[in-house]
Amino acid sequence: MKEFENKVALITGGGSGIGRATALAFAREGAQVVIGNRNVQRGEETVSMIRASGGTASFRRTDVLVAADIEALVNHAIGTYGGLDLAFNNAGIEGDARPLVEQTEANYDAVMDINVKGVWLSMKYEIPRMLKRGGGAIVNSSSVAGLVGLPGFGIYVASKHAVIGLTKTAALEYSAQGVRINAVNPAVIDTEMVERFTEAIGSSKEDLVPLHPIGRIGRVEEVANAVLWLCSGRASFVTGHSLLVDGGFTAR
Amino acid sequence: MKEFDGKVALVTGGGSGIGRATAIAFAREGARVVIGDRNAQCGEETVQTIRDTGATASFRRTDVSAASDVEALVDHAMKTFDRLDLAFNNAGIEGDVRPLEEQSEANYGALMDINVKGVWLSMKYEIPRMLEHGGGAIVNASSVAGLIGFPGIGIYVASKHAVIGLTKTAALEYSAKGIRINAVNPGLIDTAMADRLAAGVKTTKGDLAPLHPTGRIGRVEEVAETVLWLCSGRASFVTGHSMFVDGGFTAC
Repeated sequence: MKEFENKVALITGGGSGIGRATALAFAREGAQVVIGNRNVQRGEETVSMIRASGGTASFRRTDVLVAADIEALVNHAIGTYGGLDLAFNNAGIEGDARPLVEQTEANYDAVMDINVKGVWLSMKYEIPRMLKRGGGAIVNSSSVAGLVGLPGFGIYVASKHAVIGLTKTAALEYSAQGVRINAVNPAVIDTEMVERFTEAIGSSKEDLVPLHPIGRIGRVEEVANAVLWLCSGRASFVTGHSLLVDGGFTAR
Repeated sequence: MKEFDGKVALVTGGGSGIGRATAIAFAREGARVVIGDRNAQCGEETVQTIRDTGATASFRRTDVSAASDVEALVDHAMKTFDRLDLAFNNAGIEGDVRPLEEQSEANYGALMDINVKGVWLSMKYEIPRMLEHGGGAIVNASSVAGLIGFPGIGIYVASKHAVIGLTKTAALEYSAKGIRINAVNPGLIDTAMADRLAAGVKTTKGDLAPLHPTGRIGRVEEVAETVLWLCSGRASFVTGHSMFVDGGFTAC
């Protein structure tokens, strides 16, 4: 029996990077996977990858800052698989890299709407469905930038701090009803987002290796493993926590 | 193939509570287990429990505040099982319950020697053995008292804060060499220590349940599962972290 047999797992931003790796991992462990993504082609690609390996998945185009889109995504999960047990609210953007004084209001709104409002809206529609099944587990995407500042990414940093605040509050409100809610906080992971990040500051992924005491950047599968563990029954007393998957980044 | 087949795991304070549950869990997952405990009878009981399941374990009486004891325990692991891969530095005491101005120097000395010096000494002798075969994983027992204060147990609180400091520094020093080092931070767990702590503040474990947003206190097996995950390859990018197993206690 696989760990998530008969469970339905929803992943926003499942079309690439950490979201895609986590969707594949959930499917490998037996879950039926619902993927939301703004980019249709990439979301459908993840579904094809899952189906090719014998897993079950379905896609719906979703812009997480639009309440109607999130509601429709959650309804799609219910309509397709009959319920919702697990969610990884992962969709996010890094925004423009520049000092706070030079940041634009458009960038502020885009980063906060997707990274913060998107996580709140996702929980708003997911939680009632999980309560109907008597419980569930949610992991929200924060970052080491949820704990420390990063020059050039002030709005992103604010958004990832806010995700921790939402996560703690949601845990206080729903843990006793059976929904555990945690955050995952990666450092630099080998993704396209990180390539954009580093290009924007005239650097490369390799240049960022020394930020990690472990001596390398992380892999998407390592974040996926952490998300799956938090969603598993083995984490039954873990809620409201921010799990750092950062190779020691924040230990100094 | 079990998760820790071929591995040797050392657990201090393995004669009761969280330590015993973790020793049993390591053994169930295939590890050969070395148990240190100050109380020989309790330690031998854990060994017997493990052997009754067909698994492998060995005990050596150990006072973690005595360097020669800790060195002998690690040597015992090497002589008996020929290697050391994993360690849970868990031995600890809660000490006297009274306000700081009424705390005695004897209590201060006992608490800091066992809870802090014991963790440092354990790492001091474990790490070189782990480096001999290219790496390993260590989990140190901290607490929610590693992050917040509790009236009446100020020295205990200081000791558990100190464990986080040791853990972070050890992670900075040894992660690149292949040893991941993390802390586990339980909330109130159903143990004899929790009974004593509750009695010390003239209450019961049950009365302390509302401190946890989950609405209940934790079970020793829930902490054990977390220690095992941190020691597993699935936590390969997790180091220097303090993992809270607290039912949301510190999210309040």
